[in-house]
Amino acid sequence: MSTVASRDRLAAPTAPAAPPLRLRLAASGLDGVTLLLVPAALFLIALFVYPFIYGFVLSFEPKSGGALANYLRFFSDSYFSHTVWTTMRIAMPVTIFNLMLAIPIAFRVRLMRHQRLLTTILVLPITLGTVLVAEGMLFYFGPQGWFNRALMAIGLISQPVRLVHNYWGVVISLLITGFPFTFLLTLSYVTGIDPSLEQAAATLGAKPASRFRHIFWPLLLPGLAITFCLAFVQAYSVFPSAVLVGEPAGATRVISIAAYQSAFEDYDYSMASTIAMIMAATQLVVVLVVLGGRSLLYRGPVTGGKG
Amino acid sequence: MNRSLTERLWAIALWVVVAFFILNLFAMIAAVVTSSFSTRWLGTWFPAGFTTRWYYSAWDEFQLDDVLIVTFEVVFAVVALSGLLGVPAAYAMARRDFPGKRLLMLLFLLPLLVPSITYGIPMATVLYRTGLGGTMSGVILANLVPSLPFVILVMIPFVEQIDPRIEAAARVFGAGTLRLFVHVLLPLLLPGVLAALLLVLVRTIGMFELTFLTSGPTSQTLVVSLYYAVFAAGVRAEQSIDAMAVIYMATTLVWLLIALKFVNPTQIVARAKVPAR
Amino acid sequence: MNFSGRAAPIPGDRPPPRARAFHAQAFKELRLEGVRRDFGNVSALRDLTLTIEQGQFVALLGPSGCGKSTALNCIAGLLPVTGGSIRLDDKRIDTLRTEERGFGMVFQNYALFPHMTVRKNIGFGLKMRGVASAEIARRVDDALRLVHLGEHGHKLPGQLSGGQQQRVAIARAIVIEPPLVLMDEPLSNLDAKLRLEMRQEIRRIHAELGSTTIYVTHDQEEALSLADRIVVLREGMIRQVGTPAELYADPAHLDVADFMGYRNRIEGRLVRSGGGMAAVDIGGAVVEGRTRGELGGGRAVAAMRPDDLVPAREGVDAIVATVESIEYRGREFHGLARTPQGAELHFSSPARLEAGAPVRLAADPRNVLIFEAEAR
Repeated sequence: MSTVASRDRLAAPTAPAAPPLRLRLAASGLDGVTLLLVPAALFLIALFVYPFIYGFVLSFEPKSGGALANYLRFFSDSYFSHTVWTTMRIAMPVTIFNLMLAIPIAFRVRLMRHQRLLTTILVLPITLGTVLVAEGMLFYFGPQGWFNRALMAIGLISQPVRLVHNYWGVVISLLITGFPFTFLLTLSYVTGIDPSLEQAAATLGAKPASRFRHIFWPLLLPGLAITFCLAFVQAYSVFPSAVLVGEPAGATRVISIAAYQSAFEDYDYSMASTIAMIMAATQLVVVLVVLGGRSLLYRGPVTGGKG
Repeated sequence: MNRSLTERLWAIALWVVVAFFILNLFAMIAAVVTSSFSTRWLGTWFPAGFTTRWYYSAWDEFQLDDVLIVTFEVVFAVVALSGLLGVPAAYAMARRDFPGKRLLMLLFLLPLLVPSITYGIPMATVLYRTGLGGTMSGVILANLVPSLPFVILVMIPFVEQIDPRIEAAARVFGAGTLRLFVHVLLPLLLPGVLAALLLVLVRTIGMFELTFLTSGPTSQTLVVSLYYAVFAAGVRAEQSIDAMAVIYMATTLVWLLIALKFVNPTQIVARAKVPAR
Repeated sequence: MNFSGRAAPIPGDRPPPRARAFHAQAFKELRLEGVRRDFGNVSALRDLTLTIEQGQFVALLGPSGCGKSTALNCIAGLLPVTGGSIRLDDKRIDTLRTEERGFGMVFQNYALFPHMTVRKNIGFGLKMRGVASAEIARRVDDALRLVHLGEHGHKLPGQLSGGQQQRVAIARAIVIEPPLVLMDEPLSNLDAKLRLEMRQEIRRIHAELGSTTIYVTHDQEEALSLADRIVVLREGMIRQVGTPAELYADPAHLDVADFMGYRNRIEGRLVRSGGGMAAVDIGGAVVEGRTRGELGGGRAVAAMRPDDLVPAREGVDAIVATVESIEYRGREFHGLARTPQGAELHFSSPARLEAGAPVRLAADPRNVLIFEAEAR
């Protein structure tokens, strides 16, 4: 609002000074405190975002051939393209199996009073890591190991079953490290559902199966979708177990092995980046499909109302 | 509420599955431990005899003294740096709302959601191109990428829990920013910071892929050395590899037990749980 | 189905007569006999014996921890009883599972299924009973009309206000036409104004349907306004059962009186007792009041409401005290005074008094209750 003296048309109109820049920034949330996150943000941009962009660009700069040469090579050479299917063939069944197992167990465990002991034990494989689990498996699940011995002693099999250095080795290792992860996430979603909802359903005449079908399952599904995405992405990136207890040159030549070999054995960083991009893209497609399905569901709060 | 027979059977079946899992897990660990103490173990249920010599030979053979020193240098550097960068960042994210905050939150979330090998390969490429590949600094930087967001994500709820009016009250009574931090914020945040850093510690000890992709012969952590040992298993005696595995397990478990005094086991899992919208 | 024992309905409140849409299943009485519920070595309910007749609105009233919610959960089947029995007429129901009992329940936090529309929420119980969908739709319509939520049927609970959610919860409980409706502090999460409105709604719905209702609350005002009979509980035991009028004017024990608003409790020496009256010497004054039966022992407690303790007229035997604070309440003033012996008195005064000024307070003996002093 400027005031102009009617006789002083030549004088510049005076407007009240705008608030200083510092205050205006502070009003939209940017001040000294906000600057505290700059180092962390810069670091992640430098070491996470930039390499990704760099890798993306690099994938279009192959050692020989046009911009798309790496991608064409990947999809035309079955040595490479087959890895997508090989990895999917391991990751998808394992993830689905882990989830199917985790749901009923989490559902039962939520009623337990001493959950912490169980969750602590289940955290062990995750903490110990895939390398140690692979190491442990080599003997235990090997032909001379206790597992085969026990099965033979009971009489279930007459000859040792081949459980390492093949597809099953990788699957078992992913079950050992993947199930606790899936279970703990599922448990946190299950316990997040307001118990009074089940009680209300019971007073209205719903038997346990109906309560699960009409109350728990619809409220759990969005969380299960997220759990599936996180677990799948982890399983799809399997690496050390595919090498140590799998058949890295054959049945379990997963896509991460292909990427690693390109980078550190062939020194073809461009191809390695290409493979990494394809790996990321595959995971992204699966995640988007699942999240797309999830967006059709009710995803609101899982409590019974205010209070 | 009384339970019918089918419900009881179902419950028993589930507990059998859980017990089977846990039993095999413990047996597997026990097998490694037993083997590491065995003289010879071929074709029998239990070893022929027991000895501790494999631990000494593993120590020498794999240069475990150097490896352990490297491991702890890396781990403590990662813990310190992720704390120094992450806690202030978490404070800013919790206390301020600004345009682009959601984008920034996504930036902090992604390294936890994207598996380490997927971003590890491009990151290793960049590190090697800038000459940091194969060095300890490179390993530290690589491991910082998932640890920093982890600290931020764990600390944000902690900071949000502190009523901002406490800070306002401290200022009203004359505390400048430094004294506010030292006398008010730090004591309140300490349990959360401790929990977050212990979790980072435990996770970094077991972090394989990133170190594997960025380490050189003198900058390997224990888990990477273990991998190489198993990888070249034909050349070395199995028992010494098992001894090394036991040393790795012991290292991890000691810190896990310490961490569990302060945190819930569930928080060790990548707690990037998307909240309900 | 008609309701029993209720005071005359409030004029203008009654809806026009129409064909009854709901009718509760017939039963004569709900009997709790010696019901006991333990949690570890803590007894939340001890030897609870109570009979509730059909059509009654019974309030379970008491402070937190008294066991009222526990009792309700036992009746609903959400908690098993550790001892005793619950019967509906001759049929023993405490051995039945929750889903077999068929009681309607309104939860404190409403417990509306967040992923279902209002219509689906209300119709859930009918669906569980295998009622045909056309019939479900009709009955849900009737229920929505009863709670005045006709246009909100397609909404999700998250889109409704607290009061609307509450009404959906009530509709959901009554549409199944249960023999018994259980309400667990349904109004405690609403703000004061909404609480008063919902109280009227609940009264109206009960008047229309006449369904037997058990209502848990810690608010004595709510209990007084809604119930036909009030059961006062404390530490898992029944202290008194009676009509609102009986409990208001004639609480049987000191703790019940305390709960019913008799904030003043002055201890003294029992001077005389007999014929339903007694007198207590509190040092400096003698207070007279009513008693229940004979009082023994030397010490007694005089209890009275703040509204009944007023500045005394000249010449009347009164308690001398000093005013500590006074607050304006619109129609009168409420104050806090202290006797030379240190007793605290909450009183009411038509005029403002100065803090620090002396005041002489007295109460009509008909409004004062004398109890035996409990051994500490």
